[in-house]
Amino acid sequence: MSTLPRALTLPPQAAVEVPVAARRAARRRARRERATAWAFIGPSVVVILGLSVVPVVWSLLLSFRADDLVTPSRWVGLDNYRALAQDPNFRTAVGNTLLYTALYVPLSLVGGLALALALDRKIRFIGLYRTLVFIPFVVSATAQGVLFSFILDPEFGVANALLHHLGISSQGFLTDPGQALYLLVLISLWSGVGFCVVVYLAALQDVPPELVESARLDGANRRQVLRHVTLPALTPVTVFLLLWECITALQVFDLIYVTTKGGPLGSTTVVVYFVWQQAFQMFTAGYGAAAAYVLAVALLVAGGALRVVRRRRGRTEGAVR
Amino acid sequence: MNARRSGLGWHLLLAPIALAFAVPFVWLVLSSVMSDAEINRFPPALWPKGIHLDGYRYMLGNALFPRWFGNSLIVASVAVLSNLLLGALGGYAFARMRFGGSRLMLGLMLATMVVPFQLTMIPTFLVMKWLGLIDTLGALILPSLVTPFAVFLFRQFFLSLPREMEEAAWIDGCSRLRVLFSIVLPLSRPALATVAVLTFLTTWNDLTWPLIAINHDTRYTLQLGLTTFQGLHHTKWSAVMAGNVITVLPVLVAFLLAQKTFVQALTSSGIKG
Repeated sequence: MSTLPRALTLPPQAAVEVPVAARRAARRRARRERATAWAFIGPSVVVILGLSVVPVVWSLLLSFRADDLVTPSRWVGLDNYRALAQDPNFRTAVGNTLLYTALYVPLSLVGGLALALALDRKIRFIGLYRTLVFIPFVVSATAQGVLFSFILDPEFGVANALLHHLGISSQGFLTDPGQALYLLVLISLWSGVGFCVVVYLAALQDVPPELVESARLDGANRRQVLRHVTLPALTPVTVFLLLWECITALQVFDLIYVTTKGGPLGSTTVVVYFVWQQAFQMFTAGYGAAAAYVLAVALLVAGGALRVVRRRRGRTEGAVR
Repeated sequence: MNARRSGLGWHLLLAPIALAFAVPFVWLVLSSVMSDAEINRFPPALWPKGIHLDGYRYMLGNALFPRWFGNSLIVASVAVLSNLLLGALGGYAFARMRFGGSRLMLGLMLATMVVPFQLTMIPTFLVMKWLGLIDTLGALILPSLVTPFAVFLFRQFFLSLPREMEEAAWIDGCSRLRVLFSIVLPLSRPALATVAVLTFLTTWNDLTWPLIAINHDTRYTLQLGLTTFQGLHHTKWSAVMAGNVITVLPVLVAFLLAQKTFVQALTSSGIKG
């Protein structure tokens, strides 16, 4: 943080005045500056800190209470957390979230990298191809959910119509507990992989061409260049995407609310859906807050672990060099 | 010859992939212009016979749907304007002004960026209830007035600008506010565009918070209205799809008009954030 602005030089007329008056003027000026600065940041501080720091603390307090959002709450200590540990629904939600994350994150990274490598060339229509791959990313989860509920509708959906033409029997899709979560992963990939593609494409432009060139001159073939030059150069971006997609996947909610509402038979209930259900449908806000805290701690641990891995890798790489 | 052939190979690979990403959209548009008879049979038609605008007529003639569109537009535009204004003010103070507590405040704001929304949504609901804003558009607008991302992005951008011109203007007696508006902001179009695009995208597309904060259907946003409408009108698929097209259209048009800005904004949001 060496970027703090240095003191402004005083205007010339202040310098020729008597020192006491000058000092007083400077002090007045500093005071005015401080007032202006606080007026500038004031609204942001109130909104941002008021709606995050306050709720974070409040949420923690809530998680130690039994609260139905209407009547006064009472203190129950760690009961909410104890109940969570034994709640089979919460365990299912955690399991579903982990399965969803374990499928979505690697697939979006690998798929994103593969597509980025394929799209990283100067041929005709390449702009169109890139646009089509990326465009689902800007579409809301609601619109995606509504669209795919229709496509995958067991009775009227086009997916079953196509299977019918191919002579395959009708599928339950999102109404089948054995398929729903996997289909949700696929829908998320359709919309989410474009982000990885764009980030990887940007990073590929930054791979120094001299490095590739010299590896080629040393007799490396295309695969060796990819493995020993391109991929290592992309590592920081991969770590960032890994973290980003993990956070996105662990927090999935909108798509599930729109398509399956956690069903069928709880097969797509994820942690955020569980939190929402507890707080705003069952009105057990304290219990929901405790579940939210468990998720937040998991997110923080994931973020912290990634940072450590990145730092350690940076150190060993430095040592090798 | 060889080079051209390899180009063809890439087209053979990339064209089907790109098409696969586009197919759901094609189906969205096709089904929105199908007649109910074409949709509600098994197996459904794969191509509409003629264009039926019944779905669109139904949605636009509906008393609520245009209202939801208006609500979304109000929330998104207020959020965009206020993020530009408050983000620029805050970012400028953090980039250029010296005052006690600036480091602490900036640090706290940055720290809030890692707080997941789920952790704050229940107490935020309680805060909004305490303020009497639940079930009003105010509940949607207030939390999105300014994001730490906007403040931080403006700060970083302002730090990259040369400060000589500002200092000259300041010494000439211009106030900080004037300097910001007449010298700094005209040079800050990339930052303004990034913040505008991202704010529009997130507020227009949001579902979770409107779902929590709004009960009455006259105050739904488009996303919330669309899901509820779909839940209530299971057999009116052409209307649901027409509504979906209208919901997606503003974002798609904005994206196609300013594709470069969008892509830069989205990648910078990740890489720098």
